[in-house]
Amino acid sequence: MSGHSEFQPTSAPVKWLERRLPILSLMHGAAVAFPTPKNLNYWWTFGGILMFCLGVQIITGVILVMHFTPHVDMAFSSVEHIMRDVNYGWLIRYIHSNGASMFFLAVYIHMFRGLYYGSYKEPRELIWILGMVIYVLMTAAAFFGYVLVWGQMSFWGATVITNLFGAIPLVGDFLLSLLWGGFSVDNPTLNRLFSLHYLVPFLIAGVVVLHIWALHVPGNNNPLGIDVKGPQDTVTFHPYYTIKDTFAVVMFMIFFALFVFYMPNALGEPDNYIEANRLSTPAHIVPEWYLLPFYAILRSIPDKLLGVIAMGIAIFVLFLVPWLDTSKVRSARFRPLYKQFFWLFLIDALILGYIGAKPAEGMYLVIGRIATAYYFLHFFIILPVLGLVETPKPLPESISKSVLDKSAAGKAA
Amino acid sequence: MKNKSQIILRSIVLAAGLALLPAAAQASEGVALKQVDWSFNGPFGTFDRPQLKRGFQVYKEVCAACHSIKFVSYRNLSEAGGPQFTEAEVKTIAAAGNVTDGPNADGEMFERPAEPKDRIVKPFPNDNAARAANNGALPPDLSLMAKARKNGPDYLYSVLTGYAEPPEGVVMADGMNFNHYFPGQQIAMPQPLSDDQVTYEDGTPATLDQMAQDVTAFLMWTAEPKLEDRHKLGLKVMMFLVLFAGLLFATYKRVWKDQH
Repeated sequence: MSGHSEFQPTSAPVKWLERRLPILSLMHGAAVAFPTPKNLNYWWTFGGILMFCLGVQIITGVILVMHFTPHVDMAFSSVEHIMRDVNYGWLIRYIHSNGASMFFLAVYIHMFRGLYYGSYKEPRELIWILGMVIYVLMTAAAFFGYVLVWGQMSFWGATVITNLFGAIPLVGDFLLSLLWGGFSVDNPTLNRLFSLHYLVPFLIAGVVVLHIWALHVPGNNNPLGIDVKGPQDTVTFHPYYTIKDTFAVVMFMIFFALFVFYMPNALGEPDNYIEANRLSTPAHIVPEWYLLPFYAILRSIPDKLLGVIAMGIAIFVLFLVPWLDTSKVRSARFRPLYKQFFWLFLIDALILGYIGAKPAEGMYLVIGRIATAYYFLHFFIILPVLGLVETPKPLPESISKSVLDKSAAGKAA
Repeated sequence: MKNKSQIILRSIVLAAGLALLPAAAQASEGVALKQVDWSFNGPFGTFDRPQLKRGFQVYKEVCAACHSIKFVSYRNLSEAGGPQFTEAEVKTIAAAGNVTDGPNADGEMFERPAEPKDRIVKPFPNDNAARAANNGALPPDLSLMAKARKNGPDYLYSVLTGYAEPPEGVVMADGMNFNHYFPGQQIAMPQPLSDDQVTYEDGTPATLDQMAQDVTAFLMWTAEPKLEDRHKLGLKVMMFLVLFAGLLFATYKRVWKDQH
């Protein structure tokens, strides 16, 4: 990590610690002196916002576990016990359940920011891949957590999702009985998902450390997508970005609190307030909103195994983006064609999300299939070809020059 | 400056759009429900205390014959944010129910009148008994019903007031009743409420419409007993966060001043 050499301990206890465990100089280098491009916009604050989300989920989750009972006969009523009898239990549970949605909203913004500004390109491929590992772990954690409530959608969602593993040839049945701990979703399933739901967030925290470690080697990308040329292009992380990120986190908290206090169930399925019942299947089984695009891809393929494979590829292809994108120019600002395809892709993802919430029939199925085809077209054809045929706009000389030009233009106007 | 605020605005709109997309997608399905201007709607909404008491009366005298509210205890009826019966009233209400307790010192189970600490006594000891008494249909527990349906309160009110003679050509299954708002329009429950079904202690005329609204409000409270706490705390949190964000923004501008 660059920039930590200037840390000079002055007090005796710090000097004592520093000689034995140089953790303070490490922190100083990573979060205080760390040189950061001076032109980062608000889309770059979502990293800090995501750290906040992870912290909130872990803290509220640890408290919820103190009152939750992972047993098929008691899970649902223990959630109601939290909502009714535990002091501020309603608050902690609503923060945790809406927190999952906020976490995904922030992670999607963070990912689309990376796609727009080419943050995954050389030398930052591994940062992107570690981020994708975090994303996959997040979906697992969210799915496990959703099952714990043991409502109708928990149970039937768990049945649908676990059955996907049964489609895998040869080992499918083995995987299914391993997931279920029996012959269907039942108490052993609830117990193992409970255990995993507690484990995965700490795995995420571990990969977050790697993600940030890897980020601190080349430093941040920036909206211009050009490399930092020298100290005139950067500011120290503290106070410049600590204050900006804190402001952004508090703005995000306002949005978050709107849901927690005024529409806590708007993002959830009403069916999950009905206790799980294996004899009654809900009319529409739908996952939470943040998984809908992938659910739409799964359902647009008429064959179960091929559907599972398509969904797997839809997620896996994101790992390959650093190599599928052949353009050397990072920021979409200087890529006139890619910029338009970026927005088309975003719209495509939103359409897939909309279709995922609809029954797979009639027009919805047709639109879903077109959107699915476009999803793969974007990654496997458009991204590689664009880099070869597109003429990028001229890149600015340096970050500082671009910033100065901009503020000069601002003053003149 | 203008650029930045535009970006913030755009990101908020985008975020809200993303978040509300599935909700909007679902709102377009099904028969349009009757909409009621509930007292608990909106960020400052509260329950109407006399209405909750009337709603409890309707539940107790009509619904409770078949439907349980198993997540609610008698003591909840006197707690803040609910119907707020007095503790003496709750004791009287509870004593009307019988619960099995024990074993006592002789190892015997025994019956005793319910107390405020007990859950509200269910009409049937178990689901099989409920089905046996109801032509095979299970009357669902109502504790969470106002949250277990889309637009729950409007849905409950619509179903309670949505009974009618089946239209020409609609063939009804045996023992089923026609209801405009119930999914499939055939409901096992006969019309539960009709004018003057109960006599309100506060003198409010017990019309079908009034009773349907009252019992729906009561069921919204059983589903979301902390709604008033949530709205009150929400206002304080929002005021704090907005003020804090303002101070942070000013600090942020000050810190960055020498960089522009």
